[in-house]
Amino acid sequence: MTLPLQTTAGGVLLVPAILLPVAGMILSLALGGRSAERVTLCVAPFGLAFAIGIAALVWRTGAPIAYVVGGIEPPLGIALEADGVSAAMLVVAALVVPASLLFARANFETRESETESRAALTFWIMLLGIWAALNLLFLGRDLFNLYVAVELLTFAAAPLVCVSGKPETLAAALRYLLFALIGSAFYLLGAALFYGTYGTLDIGLLAERVRPVPPVWLAAALMTAGLLAKTALFPLHLWLPPAHANAPAGASAILSGLVVKGSFFLVVRLWFNVLPALPTGAASMFLATLGSGAILFGSVLALRQERLKLLVAYSTIAQIGYLFLIFPLASGAHPWTADGWTGGFMQVMAHAFAKASMFLAAGLIAEALGHDRIADLAGAGRAMPMTIFALGLAGLSLMGLPPSGGFGAKWLLLRASIASGEWVWALVIVAGGLLAAGYLYRILSRAVFEEEPIALKSRPRRSRETIALALAIIAVVLGFAPQNFFDFLQIGRPAVSAGGPT
Amino acid sequence: MSVSSIAGIAGAMLVGLGLYGFIVSPQLLRKVLAFSVLGSGVFLLFGVVARRGAGAGFHADPVPQALVITGIVVAFAASAIAVALILRLYAETGGVTLDPDAWSKDRGQSQE
Repeated sequence: MTLPLQTTAGGVLLVPAILLPVAGMILSLALGGRSAERVTLCVAPFGLAFAIGIAALVWRTGAPIAYVVGGIEPPLGIALEADGVSAAMLVVAALVVPASLLFARANFETRESETESRAALTFWIMLLGIWAALNLLFLGRDLFNLYVAVELLTFAAAPLVCVSGKPETLAAALRYLLFALIGSAFYLLGAALFYGTYGTLDIGLLAERVRPVPPVWLAAALMTAGLLAKTALFPLHLWLPPAHANAPAGASAILSGLVVKGSFFLVVRLWFNVLPALPTGAASMFLATLGSGAILFGSVLALRQERLKLLVAYSTIAQIGYLFLIFPLASGAHPWTADGWTGGFMQVMAHAFAKASMFLAAGLIAEALGHDRIADLAGAGRAMPMTIFALGLAGLSLMGLPPSGGFGAKWLLLRASIASGEWVWALVIVAGGLLAAGYLYRILSRAVFEEEPIALKSRPRRSRETIALALAIIAVVLGFAPQNFFDFLQIGRPAVSAGGPT
Repeated sequence: MSVSSIAGIAGAMLVGLGLYGFIVSPQLLRKVLAFSVLGSGVFLLFGVVARRGAGAGFHADPVPQALVITGIVVAFAASAIAVALILRLYAETGGVTLDPDAWSKDRGQSQE
């Protein structure tokens, strides 16, 4: 039995992390297009500062920090909580969002001489909306609060897909929105069942009360199915490639790197934080099987794409698959679960940086060449070496070659799967790495090894290339993360706290 | 049969109907309507939950009612975004379908 949740020292930091982007949204809307960009740029450094502050506090105290909203404790009130993984994800979001934001300035800035455009206003406001929703998702401790967060995330993400207003982008946004809406309806239905059974939606209180009874299984199944549709896990991935490939590059980076992780994070919260009392073997097996399907299917489809942005989008489907291996490899009270947990979240972070970098690089290539046909990339490596280098470096992490964050993640997952005796997952991880090498080789062999004179429509700005490269470098540097960092990700991990301090 | 049971069964039926319509109908506006029906079913179930939890001296548990109000606002916003996108799609292509092959045909007809 745990004590009632209290606001911890520094817990008040969690509030501005969520409210700052919301305040930016409202201010942008009030001030209009020209100011929206400036407001967003002003919010970014403070958002990063708060995220780092929270992470530093969790790191130093070695325990989750919590804030009880309005001083009213759950079950009546709601609480916010930052454990190791949510603090880490806050920092990841606070790095990827501003990077995409600086990158997108070239497309959505409003110069003094220009009239304000609706596309620019929408872009800046929705970007802040996504950031606010993600922060709330990472910190929320109440299933209904999280529902609002995941809906805000969808409402902000879908319009970003169709900022350009072209018919195919509108269709992609609509398909995305419809998948997401039905997913959230399922999630809400599950929440109703939880409340009807236990009279609370607070994650901590539910974890104490949950027993393996039919309504709980039904609620868990409904919520998981709804969230999988939002995460685009195979076979519910149909909406992802058109949506992510048609969005402007700055938005694609966030959609692929962060937004799909938001609903994944919620699946993790559900199974590890709400339902640790359930015997989840079969469900874990099922989720990991879908994940394996995603790795193989997504990679094979990525191999067959003609367009660079679509290839990168299909690669996202494959990389999402790895995340779901966390369910069999990190559940229960086994010695290998720490590796499974850390590996899963290393994959979340490494993929966030690598994929954001890749989409930005792909956007630069598409702008410079006027197309993104892989067959016609020959010579691009000479014409824009820094962009192609960023693409290759990010690819290193996706393939899982050392030294990179992707290697660290896959190595930990491999170790966990071998230690647990479930070597099937190890085979899938290795096969996925080989397939990733295959589709990246298709791009790089064209762009680097075939030297043909190539006509650039415009040379990419050095600053934008630097942003893509910086994200790729972060993805690689994650591979050098020290043991302290892995311990940090374990802070507040449910299985550990259930077994007592180790 | 108690009122709660009847409302619960009605809610479950609405959810089933909505889901069926959402999956079966290819028309976008009907999908949005089906989503609204599904949502109404979920809200009705919240109402049942509120009524069942009325034991603690309240006439009915207020928390699910508060959740439903928020849920309705969110569902309203969702429908509004979906309809706005559909209208824009119609303005751009002259059709309301996600199938690109049908657009040019629709557009061709409207130009004739």
